[in-house]
Amino acid sequence: MPNLKLDHAPPQRIVVFGGVYNNHRSLAATLAEAQRLGADEMYCLGDMGGFGPNPDKVFPLLREAGVHCMQGNYDHSVGNRLEDCACGYTDPRDNHFARISYDYTLSHTSDANKDWLRALPTGFRRTWNGQQVVMAHGSTRRTNEFLWSSTSPDHFLEHLLRDAGADLLLVTHTGIPWARTLSSGRSVINVGAIGRPANDGNLHVWAVELDLTTPGAIRHRFLPISYDHAALADEMRDERLPEEFVATILTGWWTTCLEILPAKERALGRF
Amino acid sequence: MQLQAPPTLPFPYLETLWLQVTGTLCNLTCKHCFITCGPNNASHPMMTAAQVRASVDEAIGFGVREFYFTGGEPFLHPEIEALIAFVLERGPLSILTNGLLIDAPRADRLSKLAAASPYSLDLRISLDGFTADQNDPIRGRGTFEKIIAAVTLCAGAGIDPILTITEVVPATEATLPAFQQLLANSGITRPRLKFLPPLRLGREARRDRGYEDAERLFDGDLLPDEVFSLACGTGRMVTAKGVYPCPILIEAPGARMSDHLTDALQPIQLRHQACYSCHAEGLRCRT
Ligand code: SF4
Ligand code: SF4
Ligand SMILES: [Fe+2]
Repeated sequence: MPNLKLDHAPPQRIVVFGGVYNNHRSLAATLAEAQRLGADEMYCLGDMGGFGPNPDKVFPLLREAGVHCMQGNYDHSVGNRLEDCACGYTDPRDNHFARISYDYTLSHTSDANKDWLRALPTGFRRTWNGQQVVMAHGSTRRTNEFLWSSTSPDHFLEHLLRDAGADLLLVTHTGIPWARTLSSGRSVINVGAIGRPANDGNLHVWAVELDLTTPGAIRHRFLPISYDHAALADEMRDERLPEEFVATILTGWWTTCLEILPAKERALGRF
Repeated sequence: MQLQAPPTLPFPYLETLWLQVTGTLCNLTCKHCFITCGPNNASHPMMTAAQVRASVDEAIGFGVREFYFTGGEPFLHPEIEALIAFVLERGPLSILTNGLLIDAPRADRLSKLAAASPYSLDLRISLDGFTADQNDPIRGRGTFEKIIAAVTLCAGAGIDPILTITEVVPATEATLPAFQQLLANSGITRPRLKFLPPLRLGREARRDRGYEDAERLFDGDLLPDEVFSLACGTGRMVTAKGVYPCPILIEAPGARMSDHLTDALQPIQLRHQACYSCHAEGLRCRT
């Protein structure tokens, strides 16, 4: 085999995450964990901003680590300097808090970083171990479609993956991780978010490791990522972000923008 | 050349199937009901259980994501709980109800049905004011008490219903906290409220006013992503009489699209005056 080029060797271990929400501390912890695992590629499925403090801190981390980044709905809004995050909340309280985090993120993101967000791709497609892997922010058909476990029936996911030509679909956007293998053998993984805990009373956040070391297979594992959440909370207070957001970081329970949660996911949270 | 043509709405995919399970039959005669439902309105008959199942299965063939039972009052259907179980085996379900037929045993059974499914069951209970003085003139004498009793029973059974409030009285600063307090008093720890604008159709057109001539949509009025928020953009309504674009227009002349879903998954013209409300008020029918 004369032409074996090592720099084009397929990856063996991949870390995928999404929903950074300005949380540069959990991002740094995620990148460190990926390095510790020996990941040869990293993917971020979008939503760099919102919620947390000091938006400009996440960009150098993402770029220096060579993370493949995708544009989420928030990145689209910030990148294009839109007036709001287009989150589409109808509850006035949710709108109030969504407005605070969007205005804060928009005004604290540099022009250069906005331009970078605007230019990001909106999806990735890879062939790994002979499988078609598709990555999208919300779903393959719409950036801001929420794929919650309890509102994504099997037949619907089969339909979505078949249309997208995907054996494995990876998404984020909801903030709550889950994975399912369908009867066709196709699978879906919602990687959750690294920017805030998953509304389960735990303080860590979630990323996903894909293990390609078994020929023909892609095995996944959810990675709990702990980080200095107390330091993040201090930073959020220094930036005068709402105490409701700080509480989520310090307790692991969501306190705002709850209306998007379907009944089952809502019932698992405290509020 | 027609300069004043209504907008054409594309149909990207079928996401939501609405089912008018009890037709126009209701145990109330609310003054703002946009489809004039009531005990004596049989303009849309009740769907048979077989019709409901067939529509659900047909929609699954098109990759539908979620189901809605509405009416009329869905709990008037003699086989409603079997139908709920049938749907919950296949996907998430929202039920739009006035709550009056939810007693303690039923709340308990609904809670068990919800727990047995991997998918969400959302109960949407209608209430049109945070006091009996506001609600009862619209929904009927004594209904406030009964609705709050149903909400309390649901909370006790571990179901947090979504309170759906039609803004017949415009909201003020005091509205939201008052509803939240009301829910808290009923034992609801995770308040979910949905405010809807009135639709000037059916009885509401007589209670308040119908549409003015200028209240209609024209080509170019729609926002870029509006197709994804309008009920007719990615959803269809099935009744015993056929397929309609949305839950709002089932009594609108000429709105009926076809016998079967397969012939109704195509673009429509937003030529009805109710379409103006959907657009102007940003109405989202979905939970
Ligand atoms: S608004 Fe609902 S509860 Fe009232 S009459 Fe109409 S269908 Fe029945
Ligand atoms: S009434 Fe509303 S939902 Fe129905 S067709 Fe018109 S715009 Fe669509
Ligand atoms: Fe998102």
